Amino acid sequence: MSIPRPPLIAIGLLSACVLAYEVLLTRLFSIVLWHHFAYMIISAAMLGYGASGTALALLKEKIAPRVGWVYVMVAMAMAFLMPAAFLLAQQVPFNPLQLLWDQTQLTRLLAIYLLMMLPFFCGGLGIGLVMWHFGSQAGRVYAFDILGAGIGSLGVIGVLFLMPPHNALVVLTALALLAAAIAVIELGMRPKWLAGIFLGLGLAVFVALPGSWLQAQPSPYKDLSQTLNIAGAQVVEERSSPLGQITVVENTLIPFRHAPGMSLNATDEPPPQLAVFVDGEGPLVLTRFDGKFAPLAYLDQLTSALPYHVLEKPRVLVLGAGAGSDVLQALYHGAAAVDAVELDRNVIDLVQQRFRDFGGSLYAQPGVRVFAAEARGFVNASPDRYDLVQVALMDSFGVASAGLYGLSESYLYTVEALQTYLSRLTPDGMLAVTRWLTLPPRDALKLFATAVFALEQNGIPNPGGRLVMIRGWKTVTLLVKNSDFTAEEIEAIKEFGRTRSFDVAYYPGMLPEEANRYNLLEQPYFFKGATALLGPQREVFINRYKFYIEPATDDRPYFFRFFKWAAAAELFALREQGGMPLLDWSYPLLVAALVQAFIASIVLILAPLAAARARRALPTAPVALYFLAIGFAFMFMEIAFIQKFILFLAHPLYAVAVVLCAFLVFAAMGSWLTGRWQKKAMARGSRHLTLAVMTMGVLSLLYLAILPGLFQALTHLPDAAKIAVSVVLIAPLAVCMGMPFPTGTMRLASTAQDSIPWAWAINGFASVVGAVLATLLAIHLGFAAVILLAVLIYGLAAIALRRFA
Amino acid sequence: MKCQFAAGAASALGAFLYFCCALPSQAAEFDALRQKMVEEVVASSGSTPPDPSVMAAMGKVERHRFVPGWLAPFAYRNHPLPIGYGQTISQPLIVARMTDLLNIKEGDTVLEIGTGSGYQAAVLAEMAKSVYSIEIIEPLGKQAAERLKSLGYENVETRVGDGYYGWPEAAPFDAIIVTAAASHVPPPLLKQLKLGGRMVIPLGASFMTQYLMLVEKQQDGSVTTRQIVPVRFVPLSGGH
Repeated sequence: MSIPRPPLIAIGLLSACVLAYEVLLTRLFSIVLWHHFAYMIISAAMLGYGASGTALALLKEKIAPRVGWVYVMVAMAMAFLMPAAFLLAQQVPFNPLQLLWDQTQLTRLLAIYLLMMLPFFCGGLGIGLVMWHFGSQAGRVYAFDILGAGIGSLGVIGVLFLMPPHNALVVLTALALLAAAIAVIELGMRPKWLAGIFLGLGLAVFVALPGSWLQAQPSPYKDLSQTLNIAGAQVVEERSSPLGQITVVENTLIPFRHAPGMSLNATDEPPPQLAVFVDGEGPLVLTRFDGKFAPLAYLDQLTSALPYHVLEKPRVLVLGAGAGSDVLQALYHGAAAVDAVELDRNVIDLVQQRFRDFGGSLYAQPGVRVFAAEARGFVNASPDRYDLVQVALMDSFGVASAGLYGLSESYLYTVEALQTYLSRLTPDGMLAVTRWLTLPPRDALKLFATAVFALEQNGIPNPGGRLVMIRGWKTVTLLVKNSDFTAEEIEAIKEFGRTRSFDVAYYPGMLPEEANRYNLLEQPYFFKGATALLGPQREVFINRYKFYIEPATDDRPYFFRFFKWAAAAELFALREQGGMPLLDWSYPLLVAALVQAFIASIVLILAPLAAARARRALPTAPVALYFLAIGFAFMFMEIAFIQKFILFLAHPLYAVAVVLCAFLVFAAMGSWLTGRWQKKAMARGSRHLTLAVMTMGVLSLLYLAILPGLFQALTHLPDAAKIAVSVVLIAPLAVCMGMPFPTGTMRLASTAQDSIPWAWAINGFASVVGAVLATLLAIHLGFAAVILLAVLIYGLAAIALRRFA
Repeated sequence: MKCQFAAGAASALGAFLYFCCALPSQAAEFDALRQKMVEEVVASSGSTPPDPSVMAAMGKVERHRFVPGWLAPFAYRNHPLPIGYGQTISQPLIVARMTDLLNIKEGDTVLEIGTGSGYQAAVLAEMAKSVYSIEIIEPLGKQAAERLKSLGYENVETRVGDGYYGWPEAAPFDAIIVTAAASHVPPPLLKQLKLGGRMVIPLGASFMTQYLMLVEKQQDGSVTTRQIVPVRFVPLSGGH
């Protein structure tokens, strides 16, 4: 069958589906499990692509006579597999909480990983097939491929504003079928009515496939699932946006009574509440408010009420206002004005519109202003000064205490974040941060250390004079004041603790015997820790402490990482004695994912080549090194920049979509440029690569130096402008990063064409492993180091290129 | 969407295994496993072993009857296990520690919030005069009630519903155990605790009991709490 021209539109569409699916999966997995599985999805996508490259290398001769058919079949398979793989993955009873108890969980994780790979395998095969078959027009095919990828990764965000993720999955399924239909037309295949069938199938899927079939089922161990098991629980509202799926649950039979860590001396019961879950986690609560403050007395029985006993009629900024608990607390205590900042408009809308009567128009109370914004960005841009900045307790207790957040970056609790908050305080104002209590102390001491560092970096000679920490039986509240605490203030703090049986863990001038009075611990761990962190032996203490409590920074924003190998070994040995729950499981999971990526990519990408005839065309060491290096370096850059842009773009999903899109599109442009240059001057191949690597090095260094400041300066911009800025920043870097791959391939084409499949497979292997390895390195070394490492590896690649053939 | 077929097949297999487990030779095997579990818990507790009465009670209660059939062979491992509805049966060591902290005496009346599988209630029933247990998840509560009845625990009364207000008709209690996750300790429960009584609350995620809180109501009505990490682990290296 002669094929007249490449199916460009079909390629673009298929490529859009692949990338949209990749982003969509991170969303779906946030609902099913927890949000930090993104690195695994990127790795699974790369594995699918890599394995498809190997399959193509081995099977292309057989496929050659039926390219059109194979392409159509592959598109159809992808249409089927996108929902099917997700549905099947949902059936795998993987429970990360059991990971350390039950080794079969690792097998289940592997099953999910391999299932998620399948749609990407099909997509990669379809695109690779066309690219190979239309070799002479590969440039145009590549352009449509990348254009589609870019549109897909960004477009899915738009789609997620319009519909919930499970419906978006239906749309993608229909689009993949449409890609098959268009391919039939573009390739002039017979019979023509086949196109009609695919189109009809696509339409049928779009119209008739109920999205509810594909609805993500949250793990039974997530808060929402557990809440819905309770008799009388009813979902009364659901909202969805790229920022999260919101579920509001009401229970008139057994009401919610969320009062985290309420004093045991309290006799008050919270008024009726609605529970608000974001991606099945929470709850945030919307408390019934009828303008009367008496029923809200319980709000004075939480550790977070402490600042209101030190400040009078403060102007308050609540960061992470959610459904308004902390705003209500401020109003209860007579705050003069409250500015509430909440990231998700849908949550604000619930309070302001849907449940306005229930919540007593909380956000429209006199003196209350509400802002839909990311906390750091808002504080940076705000010209206002506050007497109190409250960082609300937003994460759920179970999740935080189980170490589920260990790998998720949080820019709320870094040294730079605290410095920013402090900069918006009035001269005697204070910052209050409340965290769940963990034992042995983890969050609290890390937060305390972060505050000490922030104050020191602000040039405060005696940070201890400005810090107070109290602990209840379930929560800890830290106060950081903009000036030294006065004797009266300390008296008020002690009185607050005394009447509620909350222990003062630290105040300036505190005596050891004042610690550990009400909630008795084996030792006064909090007081000892706080004083050690203020003393000359701080470094020794941090090093000797068995959990990782080194302050988080914007470069390493892993506040929730407490994992240390030595302690892990000890706790694992003590697992039968109750040590297991203290082990932060997310870190071992990352290591498991790395091992899994390593083995899977060897088995699926490299081994089939070695087993086939291709082994005769083994590449030389420099060639292998070159393609390995550029695979790792590309992934390191991409992952590090995704993480880095989370702060600027305010949400991991935005960062994944925008950064991925920008890297793809501009790397493609780099490839295209390489092709043009190479045609003109073959001999200068390695010279322009050296130039590209040098440019990357300079740009990376420049970015590392200017990005923090630039982000701070531009953080007030609207989302669209921020996305544009991000794209402009990434563009030159990505153009350079797009050059090494085609440079190497073209060089091989003229010297050792048979080793090209090997080169690609090695590159695929490095991408799969690199996606996970980058996250691991970022946790240990920071983003800056990962970026610099990538530049170094690119440098190594440039040297290897000179030794080709 | 849950795969009904797979679930059905799994429960059929579970029922089969459970049936097998109930055979006399299996029963003897479970007895042996249970004794081993008791020894392990005592050994794991180091210098602070639970009171012998606690271990005697745990030596009697057939834990394998409190887990889903297919997990029966694993019931006596020193692990927590899933029991459905996102709930778990605690690690034997944690059950022992909690029961020990409650300091149960023969004539005591005990309240449990969060029946779960009913295992903890059964252990308490071996030691106390009467146990009252409330479960918030209806199917779990019903299953546990039937199970406890069929195993002959006459001194356990169960109820499905809201545990927040305790069990006023049976109050006051010598001991209260709150195994259901709660954001705070319901004030009505503290009221229903006798002077000198003890309340225990495990804290942490499912499968992950991080620490236990012991609330003691003094004779003057004031309360003190102790927070106990169940494992002997000093957070500072070189700090043993």
